[in-house]
Amino acid sequence: MTSPASARPPVIEVRDLRTHLVTRWGTVKAVDGVSFAVREGETLGLVGESGSGKSMTCLSIVRLTPRSVSGLLEGTVRLEGDDLLTKSEREMQRIRGRKVAMILQDPMSSLNPVFSIGMQMREPVAAYHGLRGAALRRRAAELLASVRIPSPEARLRAFPHQLSGGMRQRVVGAMAIAAPPRLLIADEPTTSLDLTIQAQYLGLLKELQERHHFAMIFVTHNLGIVAKMCERVAVMYAGRIVEMGPVREIFTSPRHPYTQALLESVPRLGAKLDRLTAIEGQPPDLARLPAGCAFAARCPRVMDRCAEAPPELAVAPGHTSRCWLQAPA
Amino acid sequence: MRVDPMEGATALPVAEPRAWGRLRDRRLPVIPLGIITMFVLVAVLAPLISPADPEEQSLRHRFRPPVWDERGSWQHPLGTDRLGRDMLSRIFYGSRVSLTAGVVTVLLASAFGAAVGLVAGYYGGRMDAVLMRLTDATMSFPVILLALILAVTVGPSFANVVVAIAVILWARYARVIRGQVLTLMELDFIAQARIAGAGAWRVISRHLLPNTLNTLVVLVTLQIGYVIIVEASLSFLGAGIPPPTPAWGSMIAEGREFVTSAWWVSFFPGLAILLVVLAFNLLGDWLRDTLDPKLRQL
Amino acid sequence: MIRFVLSRVLQSLVALAILSVVVFVLARATGDPLHLILPMSASEEDYAYARRYLGLDRPYVEQYFSFVGKAVMGDFGTSLRARRPVSELIRERLPNSLRLALFAMCVSLSFAFPLGVLAAVKKGTWIDRTAQVIAVLGQSLPTFWVAIVLVEFVAGRLQWLPAGGIAGFASHILPGFTVGWVVLAGMMRLLRSGMLEVLDSEYVKLARVKGVVERRVVWLHALKNALIPVVTFAGIYFAILVTTAIVVETVFAWPGLGRLAYEGISSRDFPVIQAVVLTTAVIVAVVNLGVDLLYAVIDPRIRHAR
Repeated sequence: MTSPASARPPVIEVRDLRTHLVTRWGTVKAVDGVSFAVREGETLGLVGESGSGKSMTCLSIVRLTPRSVSGLLEGTVRLEGDDLLTKSEREMQRIRGRKVAMILQDPMSSLNPVFSIGMQMREPVAAYHGLRGAALRRRAAELLASVRIPSPEARLRAFPHQLSGGMRQRVVGAMAIAAPPRLLIADEPTTSLDLTIQAQYLGLLKELQERHHFAMIFVTHNLGIVAKMCERVAVMYAGRIVEMGPVREIFTSPRHPYTQALLESVPRLGAKLDRLTAIEGQPPDLARLPAGCAFAARCPRVMDRCAEAPPELAVAPGHTSRCWLQAPA
Repeated sequence: MRVDPMEGATALPVAEPRAWGRLRDRRLPVIPLGIITMFVLVAVLAPLISPADPEEQSLRHRFRPPVWDERGSWQHPLGTDRLGRDMLSRIFYGSRVSLTAGVVTVLLASAFGAAVGLVAGYYGGRMDAVLMRLTDATMSFPVILLALILAVTVGPSFANVVVAIAVILWARYARVIRGQVLTLMELDFIAQARIAGAGAWRVISRHLLPNTLNTLVVLVTLQIGYVIIVEASLSFLGAGIPPPTPAWGSMIAEGREFVTSAWWVSFFPGLAILLVVLAFNLLGDWLRDTLDPKLRQL
Repeated sequence: MIRFVLSRVLQSLVALAILSVVVFVLARATGDPLHLILPMSASEEDYAYARRYLGLDRPYVEQYFSFVGKAVMGDFGTSLRARRPVSELIRERLPNSLRLALFAMCVSLSFAFPLGVLAAVKKGTWIDRTAQVIAVLGQSLPTFWVAIVLVEFVAGRLQWLPAGGIAGFASHILPGFTVGWVVLAGMMRLLRSGMLEVLDSEYVKLARVKGVVERRVVWLHALKNALIPVVTFAGIYFAILVTTAIVVETVFAWPGLGRLAYEGISSRDFPVIQAVVLTTAVIVAVVNLGVDLLYAVIDPRIRHAR
């Protein structure tokens, strides 16, 4: 898992994370043995279909898993050496927002409709930096300005329903970098935005990362965005990472059949297509996962060996794939 | 290292199986259904199963206690009232009044209210605004006041009770159905129907109404209990069903002065009301949870 | 915002106007209103005299306006039973009813809020179950029956609290509790369901992600949103409060407006009933207006609409 060119310790190191939820339809293995690390200034893309466990992984990192169901949360999540899974809830409340920040998907519902933007900005800033009164207001306005919101002082008095989707997502971004955090988790932040706004927002995120040097985990199902934003990417399927490595390498020589299928299903400009290639079959029911490789049922290159769950195997430096095809024979 | 995910919050959008699956999963609310069935049977069969004529007075048998008291007898299992009338029979006959009042009122109110809601939601705009103003004004008017006026001017009667309650009750249905219709109107199948040339009547009756039936059923069930209580309150005040027809509310009023000595005169009618209304409310809650949990607010 | 207030006031006035017409028409439509006003023994001459005196021989429209005009000034005629101006009776009784209503609201709100919120936060625990039981019972128990039972046991047998009348703080408890019970159950249920919905929302999730302390998330971020459905229904609950109050006042011999209405019913005292109905309607309208304003205060989306 180490990149030879880098000697920096990772900001976040997740090892064998498991989130199993006991529901009345069975035990849902939402996250089943996920491991990765992200360094300062680096962006890791987390890619997969709906239900692959991308969002649950993020929520597990900040320990905001559903509390109405019982289950287990295992593994280690080291944030700058500190294992988050051993923290008490009170300690986590001090870590969330300050050390780890998150941007959620839908800007229309992320902001509290009955409180002003100012209040929602001031709250974290006051908590993180202990500012009051005029200093607090100034800082809040500065933060809004840093995400390129025009007339920030006026905006503080506005309410969420008075802003457009793009603006709201910027506000959420401003709240996320208020501390500034060591790790920013962006869970499909541009999925609900207009295409024209998406590019601007992505550019903004990159700029903020350059300025504050945080590590970023970027969840998306859009491979184009991965190419633009991420240095490394992890492909998730049925709660596990099936392939992970540098973006360029994954795109040019994917090893895992699922990654290959994903890349193939994206139509390319200029290529002649008779029909769109889709991946056959359905994603598995996370409450009834097979004992072996989760992708076996849909895999065009399935073998007998796949009845046993494959481990993560190194394909190249910094590039792993969870598939028996990569195993030495 | 194990950590209890019971700390921390937010809900996971777990996929719910469809409503019918849920229906099979959930056990039927046997007790409420049983109680309701029992009372319905009692109401229908009252003449056959009553031990005595509910209006027959007998001064010799005044204030007999229920059968388990030493002075009681099986002739009057729940005792007798001030005029010697048999309590059990009166309770049986009283159920006719309460159940009929409940069902009739609710049916009237829901029919009218749903119609208003459908029309308001479908047409929108000016008509919707006007109708909703009307609805809001009606909805927050205390039912009893209207019933009082009717009782004093026209005289208390069964019809008055039904009218007084229904005239206020419809507004609730209108509001809720209209809300549902507004949501439905956003859906594609309505647009498709209209593009295909369907007129207002067709869209409303074929497409909108069937999709609001779930809500209607829940609301109707929940409201029957409310109407029964209101009717009883009115009868208690003397503005409801007039004597000598046995009505639970007026029975309670009659027994009020003798609560210390002859407690059963007021107690059993009240218990009957409690059981019936509780049964309807529990049934309504179950229906709501099964058919459409989004109606949690009702 | 001003337009909002004005439109609501207008709406209330229209509703009141409609009500006054209803009252007016009902009285006249059921035959000669004099039947309601004059004693049984009145002769033909008395009727003719009364008719001229009361102006009942004038056209209906004129009568209506004079009726409204007088009502606005507070002149509701004379009570048949008490032989006093009705407005006097009302002035005596109204403050008592208001006191009872206020007491009941305080009691129910102070229990409904913590119970409702906690029931949602600790869903599935005994607090939740208790709250649900209270909610169902509140909607199923006939209040007057409960009142009678309470009078019998708590006041009669146990002698802990006074059975009726209005004398000091203790006498407020039983009637206030009885009236408030229904409202408590309803409000608590609304709060619980409102909180359950809000606690699931994205913005609450984000608040937690930001590191906001859980207590603040629940009691500030979530609650303010959960209040919206509660406030929406508050007007209706006030109407229910009024309804319940009429019955409760009767049982507890509380000298308020409700008791006056009951006395009016029993003696077919039309001027009294008419006055009580109109007064109550005005109060309900004012309260609803207040609630609407409160709604606008809580939810900025309403303030800025249109």
